[in-house]
Amino acid sequence: MEITLQQAGFAFLAAVILVFSVMTVTTKRILRAATYLLFVLFATAGIYFQLNYSFLGAVQLLIYAGGIIVLYVFSILLTSSDAEKKEPLRNRRIVPGLVASLAGGALCLFLLLTHSFAPTVSADCEVDMHTIGHTLMGTGKYQYLLPFEAISVLLLACIVGGLLIARKRK
Amino acid sequence: MLLNTYTDSIDFQAFTGWIHGVLSGALPAWGVTLVECVLIGLGLLLGYALIALALIYIERKVCAFFQCRLGPNRVGPYGTVQSVADMIKMLIKELISIDHIDRFLFNLAPFIVIISSVLAFGCLPFAKNFQVLDYNVGIFFLMAVSSIGIVGILLAGWSSNNKYSLIGAMRSGAQMISYELSIGLSIMTMVVLAGTMQISEIVERQADGWFLFTGHVPAVIAFLIYLVAGTAETNRGPFDLPEADSELTAGYHTEYSGMHFGFFYLAEYLNLFIVAGIATTLFLGGWMPLHVAGWDSFNAVMDYIPSIVWFLAKVGFVIFVIMWFKWTFPRLRIDQLLRLEWKYLLPLNLVNLMLMVIVVVFGLHF
Repeated sequence: MEITLQQAGFAFLAAVILVFSVMTVTTKRILRAATYLLFVLFATAGIYFQLNYSFLGAVQLLIYAGGIIVLYVFSILLTSSDAEKKEPLRNRRIVPGLVASLAGGALCLFLLLTHSFAPTVSADCEVDMHTIGHTLMGTGKYQYLLPFEAISVLLLACIVGGLLIARKRK
Repeated sequence: MLLNTYTDSIDFQAFTGWIHGVLSGALPAWGVTLVECVLIGLGLLLGYALIALALIYIERKVCAFFQCRLGPNRVGPYGTVQSVADMIKMLIKELISIDHIDRFLFNLAPFIVIISSVLAFGCLPFAKNFQVLDYNVGIFFLMAVSSIGIVGILLAGWSSNNKYSLIGAMRSGAQMISYELSIGLSIMTMVVLAGTMQISEIVERQADGWFLFTGHVPAVIAFLIYLVAGTAETNRGPFDLPEADSELTAGYHTEYSGMHFGFFYLAEYLNLFIVAGIATTLFLGGWMPLHVAGWDSFNAVMDYIPSIVWFLAKVGFVIFVIMWFKWTFPRLRIDQLLRLEWKYLLPLNLVNLMLMVIVVVFGLHF
């Protein structure tokens, strides 16, 4: 079977995502976990770029890698007092955990095997930025982003107000 | 339109087309892609290193003249080879390994910083048809990759296991996150005027006049905000508290030695270049020559100057202004710095964005 550059790139990105996802949850140092998560998010952005959807790729980089991970690292720096390794957690519920993960794996496998994947159509052109913009700000069917954003501004105002009330006055 | 017929005296498209032709003749299609990617990567890194060396020399000379000194003047004529000598010294220095640190993160941090800076560097339009990455969300992509650098700085500060480094990294992180808002909003203001996010398109639309002039009041306000925020984003004076030498030795890169320190150093100067490059692209017309409507012979003379010279000259001007800031204003305190951003620049920026929308909607720009 001929392996194209595209497929090789996808295999590489998928391997990166798998390996670093597992490492994120198995490492014992919290800042390393954040760093591995960063790699997973990079590889996800790489898949978006491979799909020629550069807008979503850039959003992934800006929001997740540049925003959320920075926030995580910042809060780890502020709260965690020491870099020393934590004691391993006692596993008291091995059997329920195993059952749940096996059931989840079986469900995923079932869906993957039974779903008929449509032949991949390579979108030759990038999605036009104007189309994305109009969809983001639209009020038609399935265009719910504008009210969502309005609610997020409201939430931000609530957080700032809450901080202002809760802080100690000098 | 007359002004749009600018033909460059150095044609980069012919050059890249020639390379593509030669490679296509000798290799299969995937090989051509691979070799071209490697060539472009090498070219980018070479340009990156050369520009950094030039900037280090310029910075030292400009600093010296501001302080009535001579600056480097021993190695080569007027000290021009000084930064090359410094680079060789940096390359052969030992990488000192430190105890009680997270070695993986410590070694990773400089690479995150330098990768984010090289990616942003690749988006800059150096000349007509001479740009590596040109997505239709170009300027947005540029902001996204340059925001990754903060992670590297925070990791460097944490993994050094040093209080100075940690404080420097925290200050740097707080400062860069805050001022990224200003940079983003002022870029957005210009995107509203340009009507596109593709970098090559943004430059093309300034053929009849640079955005700084066609966008008049809101564009000038956005330019000023961008200059302030850009200076803060590159951690340069008067916003250089993350590495305020008198209080924090060297901030987040205190513990780094040899080429690892060199990476931070390079990235710092290249970020200065990138910030100036974005300012040039958005406000000063990118590689477009200066044209005045009606002065045909003047415009013809301006067209003889190659576009890469235009770009580098404008970037050089912005860099000089940012260096000038450093020796004009005293260093701010951290609370003053954050207050400036959140209480003054951010509201001003939002109002300015609305002003720009009004100007564009009613067609009040030139």
